[in-house]
Amino acid sequence: MLARTADNLFWLARSMERADYIARTIEATLRLEYLPKTDSEQVGEWEGALNAAGAHESFMEKHGELSEEAALEFLTFDLANPSSIRNCLENARIAGRAVRTALTAETWTAINDAWLELKRFESSRRVNRALGRDELMRFLDYVKKASLDFDGSCYRTMLRNEGYWFNRLGVFVERADNTARLLDVKYHLLLPSTEAVGGPLDYFQWVAILRAVSAATAYHWVYRDRVKPWLIADLLILKSAMPRSLIACYESIDRALDALARDDGRSGLAQRQARAMYAKLERSSMTEIFQGGLHEFITEFIEDNARLSSTISDQYLFN
Amino acid sequence: MAAFDEMGLASGETRPLYRQVARWLDETPPELLASRRAQAEFMFRRIGITFGVYGDKDAAERLIPFDIVPRLISRAEWRKLEAGLTQRAQALNLFLKDIYGQRAILKESIIPPELIVRNPFYRPEMIGQRAPHDIWVHIAGIDIVRVDADEFYVLEDNARTPSGVSYMLENREVTMRLLPDLFARHSVAPVDDYPDQLLACLRSVAPRQNGGVATIVILTPGAFNSAYYEHSFLADKLGVELVEGRDLFVEDDQVFMRTTLGPRRVDVIYRRVDDDFLDPLVFNPASVLGVPGLVGAYLAGNVTIANAIGTGIADDKAIYCYIPELIRFYLSEEPLLKNVPTYRCREPAALKYVMERLDQLVVKEVNGSGGYGMLIGPHASAAQREQFGAKIMADPSNYIAQPTLALSTCPASFDGGVSPRHVDLRPFVLSGADGVRIVPGGLTRVALKEGSLVVNSSQGGGTKDTWIVDDPEGSA
Repeated sequence: MLARTADNLFWLARSMERADYIARTIEATLRLEYLPKTDSEQVGEWEGALNAAGAHESFMEKHGELSEEAALEFLTFDLANPSSIRNCLENARIAGRAVRTALTAETWTAINDAWLELKRFESSRRVNRALGRDELMRFLDYVKKASLDFDGSCYRTMLRNEGYWFNRLGVFVERADNTARLLDVKYHLLLPSTEAVGGPLDYFQWVAILRAVSAATAYHWVYRDRVKPWLIADLLILKSAMPRSLIACYESIDRALDALARDDGRSGLAQRQARAMYAKLERSSMTEIFQGGLHEFITEFIEDNARLSSTISDQYLFN
Repeated sequence: MAAFDEMGLASGETRPLYRQVARWLDETPPELLASRRAQAEFMFRRIGITFGVYGDKDAAERLIPFDIVPRLISRAEWRKLEAGLTQRAQALNLFLKDIYGQRAILKESIIPPELIVRNPFYRPEMIGQRAPHDIWVHIAGIDIVRVDADEFYVLEDNARTPSGVSYMLENREVTMRLLPDLFARHSVAPVDDYPDQLLACLRSVAPRQNGGVATIVILTPGAFNSAYYEHSFLADKLGVELVEGRDLFVEDDQVFMRTTLGPRRVDVIYRRVDDDFLDPLVFNPASVLGVPGLVGAYLAGNVTIANAIGTGIADDKAIYCYIPELIRFYLSEEPLLKNVPTYRCREPAALKYVMERLDQLVVKEVNGSGGYGMLIGPHASAAQREQFGAKIMADPSNYIAQPTLALSTCPASFDGGVSPRHVDLRPFVLSGADGVRIVPGGLTRVALKEGSLVVNSSQGGGTKDTWIVDDPEGSA
């Protein structure tokens, strides 16, 4: 397979996955925002959302001060934000067009349909300036569905060859990054069981975290307990049954890299790095992680994950 | 002059060939036709068959309009066309072999030498070179028009990187989905083996016959090229890599592509990039679309480029009018397909004739394409004619003129009903080391604006599915 094709497949999958994550983050933030609170209880929802999207710095550069309207715009349709939903879907289609031959008709149609729908939302915005709340909720639903369609069509229709494994790598490297960033923003809320539990607002923030990774229901199935912060951390880091947990992502990354090595007959640094990260997660317990500091653990994970992404690029000649 | 309508709309008497189509148009309620048109557009947009229009920023991606009424050609008519197209493709290949080789045709004074040696599309780099297997134009798109029940003319030859074949194939898919009943009532020659035929053609011209299966790639300028959809479509159907210049490199006069498994040798490049951009070391040095060293690898005989470098001269409008002579010269045969009578403004007598009849003639720039740089005399205003006349006088040898042909029409379906529109036909002629292949049919282009003769997609033209069908009973 052409190296450029592999590169595009990888980033195409990352863009679609990121669009979904941003949409979920916005939804969760809107729910937080609707909660009745006193002035002293301001939680800085939008600052959190921008941070979780890795867009806080570029947002402040452009706007200087935070407002809900501006933050929403920045995360959804802003051309200036490389990770806005609009840019994710646009980039996905550009990458998809460039590797049209490596996609099945179903996968291409999923990407193209998502883009056509985006164009309809954009033109309706041109008429009405901004989306109303109703329309915004429809938009976010559509983004989540577009990502599902894409992922599902890949899973159901792509040949299990290189192209598929690069696609999977893109999905899971991005997903691991997303989950880790969310944890990074909220780590101060996710305290071990030994610490005093905060007020009701904290509770809703924990639930918001779960919603952002579509795990609110899953939590209850796994723990059969009310929402507790240390269990949220456990769910999102170490529960391999939870598809967005760091360990589940690394299980999939490890498998995809193994499949590539098997097809090529060549195993390299990427395989070794991924295996080491997976093994480390398997060995870890939440007690240890809290002892060493959740924040430190997550920061290190985000760096390692980014390093793996560039190792993959180097090993498969993307650059 | 009334145009010949292929269904018989103008005369009121349906030609036997179109009996079923006429009945279908008659019986189908307008709402159903409207919904078929809408479905067709939806299908095209969904698959992403779009093209870019140069200089139109707002509509970076547009659909070429598709007209649902098929265009019919009888098998007997097609057989004649096929023989004529084969003959023409053979002559074009022999001509290119000759002018870059022996130059017999110049020695015999069949063509004025300056038309060749001063032609911007004559590539001095290729002088003395032979193309692998002596095939230069592997893929030709030869534009045909019809003027009455019997006469077909070749309007122009496209010997560089003719496009449109993806529309031929997709149009058929859409028609079969949308009009299954009408389709079933005819016995339509299939076109869907085109990708296989193209693959076989490209395989046959590979330079290394001993090294196993040849590695073939399609070279595209990239996703922003107006014909990118077609490039990716063909790569997909052929099962070959779609590469850009940056995916290839040359080492020791051999071409390689960069893959996830390291470099892989390439044998045949079906390029959709113009000569000028192929190799910055030889042609346009600013080109980033090409591959440095590609021409060197080609001249060393290590890679086949299809179409070969330097074929632009064969579809030059100044050469076009000599093609009947070329056929006689190289094949010792009479041309089976007619050329449109052409006045070469480079010749003083012809120039005088043309300038006196600008209101009757079509004048074209010798090197123009896509319907740009032309004057359609009868449709132009006096001011436009005067302006164009001045351009001709400033550089006569850059222009040719032809009588306005009464291009045939076919029925097309619109909101207001069915009405005739002018059409042409672009069949695709594949020349390989093992012979000429033509899938029955081609791309019918239709001028959707009433009365318009310009069928180019960049100027409001659309397309139709083209059916080669059994001859109707009771007619020859």
